[in-house]
Amino acid sequence: MTVRFGGLELAHPIINASGTFDAIAAARAFGRAALYERFPFSAFVSKTVTLAHREGNSPPRLWELGEGMINSIGLPNRGLAGYLERDLPELSTLPVPLIVNVMGFAPDEFAALVEAFSARREVAAIELNVSCPNVESGLIVGADPRECSVLVGRLRTLTAKPLIVKLTPNAADVPAVAQAAEAAGADAVSLVNTLRGMALRPGCAEPWLGAKTGGVSGPAIHAIALAQVHEVAARVSIPIVGMGGVRSGRDAHRLLSAGATLVAVGTESFRDPQAGTRVRTELAALGA
Amino acid sequence: MSAGDTRRTEAPFGRRLATVDAAREVGSYRVMRLSDRGGPIPRPGQFYMLSAHDGWAGGSDGRPFLPRALSYMRHRPETDELEFLLEVVGPGTARLAELRAGERVWLTGPLGVGFEAPADEITPVLVGGGIGIVPLVAWHQQLRLNDRDPALLLGFRDASHAAAARLLGEAEMTITTDDGSLGDQGIVTAALARALAQQGRAAVYACGPPAMLDAVRGICARQGLDAQLALEAPMACGFGACFGCVVSTVAGYRRVCLDGPVFDAAVIADGALA
Repeated sequence: MTVRFGGLELAHPIINASGTFDAIAAARAFGRAALYERFPFSAFVSKTVTLAHREGNSPPRLWELGEGMINSIGLPNRGLAGYLERDLPELSTLPVPLIVNVMGFAPDEFAALVEAFSARREVAAIELNVSCPNVESGLIVGADPRECSVLVGRLRTLTAKPLIVKLTPNAADVPAVAQAAEAAGADAVSLVNTLRGMALRPGCAEPWLGAKTGGVSGPAIHAIALAQVHEVAARVSIPIVGMGGVRSGRDAHRLLSAGATLVAVGTESFRDPQAGTRVRTELAALGA
Repeated sequence: MSAGDTRRTEAPFGRRLATVDAAREVGSYRVMRLSDRGGPIPRPGQFYMLSAHDGWAGGSDGRPFLPRALSYMRHRPETDELEFLLEVVGPGTARLAELRAGERVWLTGPLGVGFEAPADEITPVLVGGGIGIVPLVAWHQQLRLNDRDPALLLGFRDASHAAAARLLGEAEMTITTDDGSLGDQGIVTAALARALAQQGRAAVYACGPPAMLDAVRGICARQGLDAQLALEAPMACGFGACFGCVVSTVAGYRRVCLDGPVFDAAVIADGALA
């Protein structure tokens, strides 16, 4: 089941979606030995790292749906310096390659993050979270092919490590953004991030989530992910990490059939900490 | 304030199937006993993530989808049995409350950090509100096993809910109800203030609604007493992955599932329990 992906050689095609599995927390909850011995993913994608420390959004941060959930977590993280000092040493002991997900609120912030991680041999690849506004242009980088092209082009000159562009589904023309990323030198694209959604406080017209809107994930978005992966695969030749509502080997197989090289498990890991392993086993049983 | 591992029993990695051994009504609540064969011995205050193996969907809005976090109430090491107390508040607890003997439940845990015992000369005072008595049942049992003599103060809406007090056996306790249908009419924190006035050195252990916990925190802060609060928060995962269950502390947001659910009252930020 070995998979080649952007210069990496992975044991199997199942990884985690950024922000849906915290290997450091899981080691505390389940014990490091057990976690490492049966690590569910062939590569570990970290939660988004930003330049500055972030506390994240005010609660409530979650809303449950029948087939998924809405989250408005707000990218809490220690910031680059804290990540390098506290998180990276522990994550570098993982039994699988480490992919660091980064996000900047301006191109210079992205550049600082990519340069810093490019210099660390513990980091196998860098994933760019472009689902955020560029504070200088006001545009969502991942929603605008030109913004994406300029950013990826600049970051490409800063690192030889594989660059994965995580695409947002909240864009008018996702394949165009994927093509722009490829033309600017991205090694891979990953999709889909969460879809923008909202919940109302029961019995009133006020938004439930502290940040008012959030991202929808889970099986509810699987068909959308499948369509977007399929469309993007027809337009780019770089590998794709497919994700969105994967809860079984069959779901993973569908995304692979649509053109993905790797499949990321996200929300299902909340329900089943070993979902990655289960999905991989079920996928293998399908002969994929 | 990363919690010491002395307060945590690590969970086996992943979820496992447990079988419902028995379920029965106790007043307005339901006790569900599970067989967790080979499962570890939890520490009072720790919790589990539970979902029904079958029919975990189809309630209000097609929910539940995510597992539910429940503190365990009792663990019997001789039979590997775990007891939980259910109060139906939504589609998750409604489905769990339907389960009968022989049906199966997905179980992850024990998770989080539990209570820490006070020094020998300090009297543990346990304060529970409603369904919040659950971790205190386990903690009371553990303290008694260690020859400690905890004081118990339990508050409920009414006599039907107060029937759950019998889960603590014959222990001496103060009961309050909002409507006065059993015990003293009033709120349990008023009883706590009275009890502490007569107590020597005390450490308070509390679980209940946010307003109750906030009152406990205020009373203990004013009297310079240590208090540990077992918090509840909606959570998707229970093992630190989703960052959904945070509480505001003096050091910033902390995950209830990982750094709690038991927190020292002194670290909880003002207004966090409002």
